[in-house]
Amino acid sequence: MNKLRLLLSFFLLALPLAGKAALTIEIVGGAAQQIPIAVVPFAKTPGTQDDIATVVGADLRRSGLFRVLETRGVVNQPHDLPEVKYPEWAAIQAQALTIGSVETLPGGRLKVSFRLLDVLKQNQLAGLEFNIAASQQRATAHKIADIIYEKLTGEPGVFSTRIAYITKTAGRYALQVADADGFNPQTVMSSNEPVISPRWSPDGTKLAYVSYEKKKPIVFVQSLVTGQRNVVANFKGNNSAPAWSPDGNRLAIVLTHSANSQVYVINADGTGLKQLTFTTSIDTEPVWTPDGSAIYFTSNRGGGPQIYRMASTGGDAKRVTFDGNYNVSPRISPDGKTLAYIKQDNGKFRVAVQDVASGQVQILSDTAQDESPSFAPNGRMILYATSISGRGALAAVSADGRVKQRLSETGGDVREPAWGPAAN
Amino acid sequence: MNKSLVTSVLLAVMLAACSSKPVKNAPVVEDKSPAQTTTSQSSDSASTSGVQNSSMSVNPLTDPNNILSKRSVYFDFDKDEVKPEYRDLVNAHAKYLVEHPDAKVILQGNTDERGTREYNLALGQRRAVAVKQVLNLQGVSDKQIETISYGEEKPQAAGSDEAAYSKNRRADIVYQGE
Repeated sequence: MNKLRLLLSFFLLALPLAGKAALTIEIVGGAAQQIPIAVVPFAKTPGTQDDIATVVGADLRRSGLFRVLETRGVVNQPHDLPEVKYPEWAAIQAQALTIGSVETLPGGRLKVSFRLLDVLKQNQLAGLEFNIAASQQRATAHKIADIIYEKLTGEPGVFSTRIAYITKTAGRYALQVADADGFNPQTVMSSNEPVISPRWSPDGTKLAYVSYEKKKPIVFVQSLVTGQRNVVANFKGNNSAPAWSPDGNRLAIVLTHSANSQVYVINADGTGLKQLTFTTSIDTEPVWTPDGSAIYFTSNRGGGPQIYRMASTGGDAKRVTFDGNYNVSPRISPDGKTLAYIKQDNGKFRVAVQDVASGQVQILSDTAQDESPSFAPNGRMILYATSISGRGALAAVSADGRVKQRLSETGGDVREPAWGPAAN
Repeated sequence: MNKSLVTSVLLAVMLAACSSKPVKNAPVVEDKSPAQTTTSQSSDSASTSGVQNSSMSVNPLTDPNNILSKRSVYFDFDKDEVKPEYRDLVNAHAKYLVEHPDAKVILQGNTDERGTREYNLALGQRRAVAVKQVLNLQGVSDKQIETISYGEEKPQAAGSDEAAYSKNRRADIVYQGE
């Protein structure tokens, strides 16, 4: 691990992104084997602004799996197939090459063409054309990056996804949603009282969260399409820790009817409340397995807080974490094979992953006050909250610990990230 | 809430003291056993019915010289038991609530920043419940009490050291309408 860290420290890349980013993303480290790719600036008609290739290159670089090559030294800058001279790209060690163009259509729409080429085999891996509104250039760039990522790594990309997080600026809390690269932040709701625990519905159209706006924690569900929101749980005491069932019909929540925090399930419309745990201990932070059959949660029934698993209908719970005296905030990977959580390690709170089958544990982060881990929809990265220079910031680490990113916002605290589902 | 305060015997004493003496002297009365004060001075309550309009009215819950104005019970690290030094404070609130069955309190549990938000929310809840149990033992009805938790969201002190942490591990007693 130390050897790895030393290696990573040589790999420090900072990339400033121009434009309206709420979050600046800095990448620390990268995969052992990065794919060298040349992303040639797109040909464009005057008037088009964002360079799509710049956004594509930033996406690929941020994943840690690609080495995006400097292309300015190459004399020929091709935009279509006949202009490509493969040996020039082989000469700068490129394995893959992307080219393309943006053309303004009558009426102001844009035609974006793009090709992904294999430099060694000298053939085309992908070629697509998009007819888009001018406002969709960044979204299209993310789509192109997703296609490149999937063609070259075999896994789906997550560049078109969104993230939710909470900011605290000058005493005001805001629930925000932004593109996965930190651009296009939008405030979903804001309040002078704390807002915590945002959770995406499986279809990405709604957020559940806990708001203290009525001076006590209440669970709300808000549509991102219409902005309309509903109270899901406002019982006496605390209403917190919402977690969507995989089908989006129900939420696991935590209530304090019986004084202590206990896990319940409730329909997404606030009906059909059912209690799942019956202990005199703390039972909280429920999360469903991807198949909906089980729920992981945190409980201190054995003394300190540890993670347990029970059937999603309730019943006996089995303890699943045994290493250390404080393991909380379970999250399960999309394939159900990896459990991520926060582990106290020598007084520091860090992101750890545990192989569900073998129970083997690995600490992934090297920060100290980590919270709220959240898997990317492809399971490759884990986004989490941490503290950098005394301020709340977001960070991400690859599930193998090799790629690390830091996302910081100017002017306030950022906390409680939640990575949204894959776009359909 | 106002109605219960106006009928408060305790308040009557305070108001009487207030109208005749500088406010500073009022606390002397309050530093005695509240039980004795209320019973011995109860006849004064009737004569102060008009004082409701006085801008000088003193609410025992907010009078800095009254123990009832003290609202925070502090806890040891990772603990949820009410320490002996806070028994008088909690008992005074219990007495007030028994005497004012219309009064309601929200007990707000809090934690320091270490650990995660949702788990701290649950930990803060245990502290609120610990205070509730003391109130219950003194005869306060469950109907007058709601326990909630702010977890680590509402620190009393900023900072990441024990001095700040010790101020943040607490339960606050908040009366309805405050």
